Amino acid sequence: MSIDNFTIKLILFSDMSAIFIMIGASLLLAIGFLIAFIWSVKNNQYEDDYTPSVRILFDNTSLDEEKINTLKNTEITRTKNK
Amino acid sequence: MKIIEANQVKTSCYHCGEIVYNREFAIDSKSFCCRGCQTVYEIINKNDLCSYYTIENSPGINQKHSVRRGKFDFLDDQQIIKKIIHFQDDLHQHVIFYLPQMHCSSCIWILEQLNKIDAGIIKSQVNFIKKEVTVIYDYHKTSLKKVAESLTIIGYEPHISLNDIAAGKIKTYDTSQIVKLGISGFCFGNIMMLSFPDYFSFGNVEDAALKYWFSYLNLILALPVFFYSASDFFISGIKGIRQKNLNIDAPIALAILITFSRSIYEILSDTGSGYLDSMSGIVFFMLIGRYFQNKTYQTISFDRDFKSYFPLGVSIVNHDGFEKQIAVSDVKVGDRIRIHNDEIIPVDAILFLGKATVDYSFVTGESLPIEKTIGEIIYAGGRQTSGAIELEVVKEVSQSYLTQLWNNAAFDEKKEKPLRSFIHQISQYFTYILFSIAILSAIYWMINDASKVWNVVTAVLIVACPCALLLSATFTNGNMIRILNKYQLYVKNAFVIEQLSDIDTIVFDKTGTITEQSKAEIIYEGNDLTIDQCQLIRSLASQSNHPLSKSITSYLPFNKNLICKNYQELKGYGTIATIHQHQVKMGSAEFVLKRVNSFQSSGSKIYVSIDNEFIGQFTIKNSYRRGLEDVVNSLKSHFDLKILSGDNAAEEPHLKQLFGKNTELLFNQKPEDKLNYIKKLQLNNRKVMMIGDGLNDAGALKQSDVGIAISDDTNNFSPACDAVLAGEKFNILNDLIGYCKKEKTIIYSSFILSILYNFIGLFYAIQGDLKPVIAAILMPLSSISIVLLTTGLSSLYELKLKK
Repeated sequence: MSIDNFTIKLILFSDMSAIFIMIGASLLLAIGFLIAFIWSVKNNQYEDDYTPSVRILFDNTSLDEEKINTLKNTEITRTKNK
Repeated sequence: MKIIEANQVKTSCYHCGEIVYNREFAIDSKSFCCRGCQTVYEIINKNDLCSYYTIENSPGINQKHSVRRGKFDFLDDQQIIKKIIHFQDDLHQHVIFYLPQMHCSSCIWILEQLNKIDAGIIKSQVNFIKKEVTVIYDYHKTSLKKVAESLTIIGYEPHISLNDIAAGKIKTYDTSQIVKLGISGFCFGNIMMLSFPDYFSFGNVEDAALKYWFSYLNLILALPVFFYSASDFFISGIKGIRQKNLNIDAPIALAILITFSRSIYEILSDTGSGYLDSMSGIVFFMLIGRYFQNKTYQTISFDRDFKSYFPLGVSIVNHDGFEKQIAVSDVKVGDRIRIHNDEIIPVDAILFLGKATVDYSFVTGESLPIEKTIGEIIYAGGRQTSGAIELEVVKEVSQSYLTQLWNNAAFDEKKEKPLRSFIHQISQYFTYILFSIAILSAIYWMINDASKVWNVVTAVLIVACPCALLLSATFTNGNMIRILNKYQLYVKNAFVIEQLSDIDTIVFDKTGTITEQSKAEIIYEGNDLTIDQCQLIRSLASQSNHPLSKSITSYLPFNKNLICKNYQELKGYGTIATIHQHQVKMGSAEFVLKRVNSFQSSGSKIYVSIDNEFIGQFTIKNSYRRGLEDVVNSLKSHFDLKILSGDNAAEEPHLKQLFGKNTELLFNQKPEDKLNYIKKLQLNNRKVMMIGDGLNDAGALKQSDVGIAISDDTNNFSPACDAVLAGEKFNILNDLIGYCKKEKTIIYSSFILSILYNFIGLFYAIQGDLKPVIAAILMPLSSISIVLLTTGLSSLYELKLKK
């Protein structure tokens, strides 16, 4: 038996249709990724490839603001209730 | 010089990190070196942005020199706003400001929190590599001027130059190179996967449906590679043929075309499976190489011209004496302008009012500032250093004496010499040899077995593609550029490396190139000074505008200047004053010591006495770059050296001793003189490299075969250069040139390696037995081995640079 028949016999289906579906599906998925890649390049996401690496390490300060605001509110209600 | 400090612990400024000498500036238990730094801290603190100081230590920029109020008034003008901003709609405007002071993560952080300082700012985003910030703001709530002022008050004054309103400055980021690369990679991978049945069965796929579908799928996948990704090769090849200049892209385009055509024929006629995997693979590898080679260092912009040196705004004075800020390009002949201290004079004008001491070191190379009298014409480009002056405009900015240089033929874009790298010539030889082999084998098979002729000829042309040569060149260049960047020599493109290896003559500029402008060398000899004595001397020195006094002022530590009574300045002798009941004298030996000094050394000596007691002397001289002597000695043996200076011949004896008798030294050179000198050398068949730094060198830099601009601050350098060298790496110049000479060696070696693979492939091709699987194995093998060899060799030669 030649090699390619051997590889095909690993597939449980008796005919070849499975491999066509597999290849077709994987190609479609890959094309999807290709489109995403092209879109991200055209969207200038790779124009600056250094600054995002620094930006990601900053703390999110908006949480601190919320904390300060809630603190302020409780103080105001406390003084109001006096 | 030692400063005796009585029990003082050195603290550094919380904002900028410099040493604090004056305890006066302190708040919140933090000390600052000056009022400016303290003010910036207060603003940052008030807006709750103190994380700025926690991300990095002392992230601020020293605020000793404060920015003049009203400096950005010219940004109120609607015409100027329209030209500077990048985008506008009903609500928002977008602007991109260049901030050369950006240097750390704290800078990035605070610059993206601008909305906290100015409520009208919606969003600000930093591009750190380019040192730019893009600000989106609501122009009903704030304005362009207010945005610039907000940036300035936290220490990041935007650099707005004439270049920002020049037409056509918006360069769109070229994405097509990457898209082509991505598509060819995608198709290459998938075609190769779909060709596996063909490989494993050595061309005899038994299942007809499999063979049919996979072949046609391969064909479809190959279409975008051929028509889109490989398009650059075809366009360039056709251009080359039209101009009768056979470049390397022509044979590559031919090989791709033949591979594609034969594959189509084989698939459509069901006689084979084609070589689409090799074709898409080689296109992919070549595109990677080209992308790697063309990746330029983004912080350096090589397209700047003289316009980026001139400021955009200038103060115009009307009859009532009121100052108004307008754009430099709107200044007309006859206008009265006011130039403040430390500003650049943007147009040729006559001095009307004030004391003008103009520093032309960047423009003409003269190291000492020139004093101008009322009625004298002052040329554009110089920096005013002695206070505010008023001038009457004589020429508009585009007509000034300096900018005329750019009209010289050397800058004519159309006449630019075509880039003929040596690889184009090699590819020509290669192509001839290739065609000979093809023709010979065609003749052989025509005699023996005519059916094999087309098979063999196309196979030969497919296998022996000069793609390997292009791969060798691009990967070598890409890696060498990357390594040169590491040693702070930034080249404009790969061709500069080749030019560097061919030069035989080096021309140096003097001021700023072999001398270091910012650090005039000051040596103090005498008694150790106490802090109080420093304060006395500095207070006296800062009264005078003489450049030597200024050097001393900047040399001594900053402290409050005391009031000088009975101040007298005697030209040619020195200055004297009474400060806090002490009589302080500064000047020549005759003046201070009452004796004649017969010593003739290079440099000026300033003697100092307090209460008629001699304290010490300052020696100020041209400070030459570190390692200059060693560099010159190493270069002398390989190259002809010359010096062209715009300064006077005061340093001639020292330079003669340094460079040797065989070096030609020319002084008082104007910019055109320098350009013409280089032209003359080139007419004598010399390959000239020019090293300069200022605007006065621009013509010479452009004319020479390689123009290197040397710079201590890469944000501010001479345009028209082919490469930028950081000042601190000047001492390895000889090693850098030696490294560039290895470029050809590396390319030749890897090309020879690829020829070995070609032989193997040709062996099968000539016999008419080139199976797709063989081509598909050879192609990535040869490509990867070329990449490994070039990278390995260029990194190996780098070891010589490291020491």
